This record gives sequence, structure tokens and C-alpha cells, in this order.
Amino acid sequence: MATKASRSAARLMMAPAVILLLGWMLVPLIMTLWFSFRTYLPLRGGDLGWAGFDNYVRFVSSSAFWPAVQTTLVIVLGVLIITVCLGIVLAILLDQPMWGQGVVRILVIAPFFVMPTVSALVWKNMFMDPVNGLFSHLWRFFGADPVSWLSDAATPSIIMIVSWQWLPFATLILLTAIQSLDSEQLEAAEMDGAPHLKRFWFIILPHLSRAITIVILIQTIFLLAIFAEIFVTTGGAFGTRTLSYLIFQRVLESQNVGLGSAGGVYAIILANIVAIFLMRIVGKNLDN
Amino acid sequence: MARAVTPRRKLINTGLAWAVGLLIFFPILWTILTSFKTEAQAIASPPIFLGFDWTLENYSVVMERSNYARFLWNSILIAGGSTILGLIVAVPAAWSMAFVPSRRTKDILLWMLSTKMLPAVGVLYPIYLLFIQLGLLDSRAGLVIVMMLINLPIIVWMLYTYFREIPVEILEAARMDGATLKEEVLYILTPMAIPGIASTMLLNFILAWNEAFWTLNLTAVNAAPLTAFIASYSSPEGLFFAKLSAASTMAIAPILILGWFSQKQLVRGLTFGAVK
Amino acid sequence: MGQIQLKQVTKSFGDVQVIPPLDLTIEDGEFTVFVGPSGCGKSTLLRLIAGLEDITTGHIEIDGKDATDLVPAKRGLAMVFQSYALYPHMSVRKNIAFPLKMAGMDQAEIEKRISGAASVLNLTDYLDRRPGQLSGGQRQRVAIGRAIVREPAAFLFDEPLSNLDAALRVGMRLEISELHERLKTTMIYVTHDQVEAMTMADKIVVLRAGHIEQVGSPLELYHRPRNEFVAGFIGSPKMNIFGGAEAKKYGGEKAGIRPEHIDVSKTEGTWKGVVGVAEHLGSDTFIHVHDTGLADMVTVRITGDIQAKHGDTIYLTPQLDQMHKFDAQGLRIA
Repeated sequence: MATKASRSAARLMMAPAVILLLGWMLVPLIMTLWFSFRTYLPLRGGDLGWAGFDNYVRFVSSSAFWPAVQTTLVIVLGVLIITVCLGIVLAILLDQPMWGQGVVRILVIAPFFVMPTVSALVWKNMFMDPVNGLFSHLWRFFGADPVSWLSDAATPSIIMIVSWQWLPFATLILLTAIQSLDSEQLEAAEMDGAPHLKRFWFIILPHLSRAITIVILIQTIFLLAIFAEIFVTTGGAFGTRTLSYLIFQRVLESQNVGLGSAGGVYAIILANIVAIFLMRIVGKNLDN
Repeated sequence: MARAVTPRRKLINTGLAWAVGLLIFFPILWTILTSFKTEAQAIASPPIFLGFDWTLENYSVVMERSNYARFLWNSILIAGGSTILGLIVAVPAAWSMAFVPSRRTKDILLWMLSTKMLPAVGVLYPIYLLFIQLGLLDSRAGLVIVMMLINLPIIVWMLYTYFREIPVEILEAARMDGATLKEEVLYILTPMAIPGIASTMLLNFILAWNEAFWTLNLTAVNAAPLTAFIASYSSPEGLFFAKLSAASTMAIAPILILGWFSQKQLVRGLTFGAVK
Repeated sequence: MGQIQLKQVTKSFGDVQVIPPLDLTIEDGEFTVFVGPSGCGKSTLLRLIAGLEDITTGHIEIDGKDATDLVPAKRGLAMVFQSYALYPHMSVRKNIAFPLKMAGMDQAEIEKRISGAASVLNLTDYLDRRPGQLSGGQRQRVAIGRAIVREPAAFLFDEPLSNLDAALRVGMRLEISELHERLKTTMIYVTHDQVEAMTMADKIVVLRAGHIEQVGSPLELYHRPRNEFVAGFIGSPKMNIFGGAEAKKYGGEKAGIRPEHIDVSKTEGTWKGVVGVAEHLGSDTFIHVHDTGLADMVTVRITGDIQAKHGDTIYLTPQLDQMHKFDAQGLRIA
């Protein structure tokens, strides 16, 4: 169906969404780009003129930059590995015939619905607190010295908290993908004499590859931007300052908008690189 | 898939799955349990699992002290407002893309998706500045707009994938039957897409409810929702486990319940229809 | 009233012209069938008439009035879709009432028309069911009911029977024909099935690649196909068409003879061949004959039964007055 009337109606009906998103994207983006080339210190005189690429150079050459990159990578990769591997195991487990499947599903999915500030706080205080946290009780029970998780092992702790939040997402998507696997394929493989491990390796895993890719890409985009979990637990201390947290600090805490904006541009470029891969997959899916 | 499994196998599966499920759920369970303890019992060593004196005291203290109701109301208004506003903008757009596709439709959809991937921190200051200029800082209206904008791509996408499942012929039949565009959308498309629209609303509500970057950075007192309410427990009140638990439970309970209803649609919404 | 005229109508999708300039008049009360192989543009043509697609150039007139720029609803036409396109969230009653409601008709008149249509279509007992609870044939009837209550100037049918099984199809074919006899309303019916076309139509329009190959009554098309394509498309089993020296003998570049116009003998005849498969239908026998030197296979239709089995030698004689001759362009000679 396509008449001139319906096509012009379609354009009209699409306009609000497109215009709003265009504004939402372009206005702040242009402002960020502009600031990134200015020396802009709101609390120390405001806009102090053109800075050229100084901010870009300074952001990268600051002593905080490379550690932040490293932290970002460690956290993103750590969470990805944990959630994808456990997600596959869990998805396969949940796909097995059992009693109370629906309830177990709900239990597993629940952490995804917990707001990030809550999960960060609950983990920080009730589990990882070195005096009263549940872990400290556990450690003492086994005769070990309690660990000050968020200062002595801050990055792994954050990886753990974030993994707990994102494991349901990975599990849910992989489970959906597994359930779409034609059971006749598996039965055929069984008839052909393929043992469990081989069936997993040659049939289930390839079938999941697309879903795994999507999980990785979508999680990466969200993980590059994690904020509340760090804000609430360590405030960026103890080596948990990620790239986005560093930018946040430059902009709001030290009020160096020019420098922060340059960092923001880096972050935008980084996110776009990931985004391109995701769009390819999603775009391909649109065609059929 | 009706494959026969030995009862023993099924029993093992069940035990294993329940153990894992409970382990994952444990932090939430523990929080809920702790919220009913006294502060002393909450930090007792060794920890008390069930054998404590159940009390509602923490809830009343938290409600009294921090004006929980206002935070809750802000959360509801911001999540609900942004969802409804987003739907009003997205339904026509999704209709256009699903039923009058052009060569650009795919590009527009992908572009919308790409705006979702803009790192918030990269545009924090401009938005902050604009909010000050427009007097929107710490206002619910401002947050409704931001939440609507950040979730608009997801709403459009989800609706688009649901709409595409409705045969065009039915809309054409309505057109032949004399329905105007408005009547076609109102009497035919919307009722047929109700399940899809409902789950889109639900997911969007959840995402807006849990959003913690903009709500933390753009609010102070007036418009602060539950995310900010909880963040204020960061310290030193965080050491009062029972009260922290009560506050947390109140912040997540509504959404946990909604979330369980929407879990089936969650996959489609979060993967932009790439996994169904 | 329901006379529909297409004047120099074309349709292009982007750079591709799917309907080259086309003129056609459908008279009031006529049952017209658009028939052709898939992709011939017959559905597109129907959608142009319905107003679901814009025509690129040209004019469409309905009852002498220009309808080119009218929206579908204003053309006074009703359409029955291939998938029936019933509103799944409405009861049968509401489905049928929908167009009347859109027209703002008063409730009493709506009720009257619904019960009228329901009794004609045997739907009275199903009025409060949802489409999902109906069988294919019942859904088809609801779709027709939704169309007839509007008392349109013309009905448009887009392959309405293709989703039904063979037995139901024959039944519905009769019902639609009877409906036309009773209503005497213009009907345009799109199908790829030439049997439907032959049995239902007053006028058949044979289309290929957007072109009208021939317009005529079923028997005109059967007896005097204008070209080789129509000759091969109309009639079942298909006409045997052959070229070469044999065709020249009968005065054409190509010649064709329908299976039912060939006489068979075990002893003598014009052509000699070997029986491949013989299909015994009881009333008729179809014999597929190989090695005649005409075409790969010649099909012969014999009324009644005949003893013929695989490998038998058989002699064929065409009825010369039923021979069709075509020139090098495939056009009919004489």
C-alpha cells in the first residue's frame, strides 16, 4: 500500500519523532564539540577562549587517562566474559525439563529489575562491608580475615556487582535463542551419534552465535556507560575510575568543561565504533 | 519438544536450577528479609536467616524521615509521563515505518537506534547547561522529556516490530471500508496491537524507573526520584542495614512485580527485535 | 450502477513500469475476471481500481465520474482480500457492521443489513463469534458479507479462493456466481486459475507482464485465442502447440490443437506416437503421448475410457477445423 496520500501522511506522522531525536542528538553534540575546543572553566572565569586541540591532548596525556582506559577495559571484558559464559550455562540449564521452570526463570531474571543504585548499595553494605557484611561473616566462619572488598579488591568487586545485574539479560536472550533451536536438529545429531559435548559444540553454540554477538554488543554499550555502580560504591577511588567516570569528574567535579568535553568526544567515538557493528547485525535482520 | 526424560534426570535438573536460581535471587531475598529485622539483628553475627522478630519499624522510620512518598511519586510521574509521551510520539512514527515503508525507513530506524548509543556522559554538560537556561533543572518536566528522548528509539523499535506482524491487508480493508487514517489507527491498529503496546509501555516504564545517570545528575530535591532517594543512603545511613533494606525494598518492589509480567517481551525490546 | 473505465492507465514502481498504458472498460453488472500467471500485474491492476495504489498516469472513471484522485473509501467499491483481512478483535457482527458504522449509518439500518447478509451467507449462527473461531469457508463468507452490506457499485475480489482447499473452492465458486446472479452488481475477480476464470466470468481479461493479451467471453477465448500465450493459458489440459515443418503444413509458423480435438486410433492416423502415461478419470482419459515429432509430449483427451497403457503405439488425427494457427510473432492467423 502506498498512495501519495498515505506517503505524505507517513512523513507527517514520522516527523515529531525524527525532529525530537535529531534535536536531542545534534544540539548537545555540537555543544560538546564546541566546548571541547574551548578553555571553559565555569567556576574560574567561564569561557576563556579558543583552545585548539589542547583539551584533546591534555585529556589523553593526563596521568589519569591510561589507568581509566585500562579500568574500563577490565570491567567491560570481565563482565562480558562472566555474563556470557554463565549465561550460556544457565540458559542450557533452564532449557532442561524440570519442575517449576517458570519460578526459576523469574528468580534468575529478578536482578535485572533492581535499580542500579539499589544493587550497588546492597552489595556494598550488606555483602561487602568488611565488618558487618555477609561475606565477612562467611570469611570469619571459615577462619579467614574479612576482606575490605571495595578498597582492596575494588575492580573485581564492581565487576561482580555489574555481572550480577547483567547476567539475567544474557541468560534471558540466550535462553530465547536456545528455545528457537529446532529440536529435530538436535535429534538428528543424536541419531547421527553425536555425544552431548559435540552436540553443544557443533549445533547449539553455532546456533547461539548471533545471540551471543548481540548480547556482547548491547552490553558493551551499556557497560561503557556504567555510572551509578561506581558513583555509589567507590566514587571512582581505588582504581575504579572508568573513562566515563573520569569525564564525569572532569566536567562536574573539577568543573573543567573543555577538558571533559574532549573526553566526551572520545567516548562518543568509542561508542560509535561498537555501535556500527551492532547496527550491521540489526540492520541485516531488518531485511528479512 | 516433548522429549521423554527420566524422572531422575528431571529431579537433578530441578534441584540444580533451583539452587542456581535461589543463589542469584539471594541478594534480593536477603534485602527483603533484612528490612523486617531490627538494626541489631540485621548486623548480628552469625547472621540470622529467618529466626528474628519481624518488625515493620524500619518502613515507618524510612517513610517518616525521608519523605519516601514524594520520591515514589516523582518516580511514578517521571517514568509514567515519559512512557505516555513517548508512546504518543512513537505510535504514529512506527505506523509510518511499518506500513508505508520507503527506501529510507531502514536508515531512519538504525539512526534512531544510534542516538540511543550516544554516551550520556559525553553530552552531560550541554544538557546541564540547557536545563539551567530553560529552568528545567530539578524539575519533573525536564526529566520526563529526557527520559522520553533516551527511550524513544526503543519504543519506536518495539512498536515497529509489533506492527510489522499485523497484515497490511487488514488496514487496507479498513481503508476500503471507509475508515479515515485516524479511525484506522484507533479502531483497527491499536486494538490489534494492544499486547505489543502494553509490553512496550511496561519495558519503557521499567527502564525509566531504573535510569540512574540523568536522574542523579539533573535533580536535587524537588524532582528527585527513587534512584536519588537510594543514592542518598550511600553513607553513613547505609550502615543501618535494616533501614537501607527497607528503603531498597520499597524502591524495587513495584518494578520487580511489573518486570515479572514483562519478561517475555523484554528480549525483543532490548535486542531491537533481533532476537525473538 | 457500476461501470468502470480505465483510460491510458500506467503504474510504475520507481523506474520499473509494471503496467504499460492500458485501456479497459468494465460494464455495469458484468462479472469480469483478470487472469494471468503470477506477477502479471493483475493484483496491481485491482489495487489501482480500488485506490490502494496511486496510478502513475492516466484516468480511472467510475460511472462516468473521474475517480483517479479519490481515496479508496470514496470510490464506492468493496473488496474481498486473499487473506480475508477480517478484523480479528471484532465479532463477525462487528466486522460486517464496520463499513456501515464508518459511513455513519443508523443502528436500525445496520442491524437490518447485517441480518440480511447473514441469512444470505448462512452466517446467522456465527454472528457473535470471532474470526479466529471460524473455518476458512466461513471466514470467506464473512469477508463477502462485509462487502455486500455496503451495497457497493462494484465488488473487487483478490484471489479470494486460493486459501481454501479444493473441495471448498468449488463450493465457494458456485456461491459467488450465484451471488452475482442475484445482485447483478459489477464484480472484478482476480485469479491465476483459468478454471475459475472460465467458469465464473462474463468477460475474461488475460494479462501478461502488465499487458492485456486478450479481452473476451470465456468461449471466445477458448475458440479464438488471439495469440499463442492465450491459447496456452486458457483450457485444461493445455493446448498442444508445435512449430516446424508440421506447423507449416497447416499454414502457420506455429500450430496448436487442444487435447479434446484429437482423435485416437490404434491402427492409423496423421501422427504416430508412444503412450507415456494414461490418466483414467472415468469420464475422460488423458493420454500423454511421446515421440510424435511434434512436441516433447502431446496430450490427448478422450471422452470415456480407452485401453491404452505405457509403451503402446498410438495414432493421432487432429480435427482440422479446430486447428489454431499462429504467425512468427505468435499472433493468430485467421
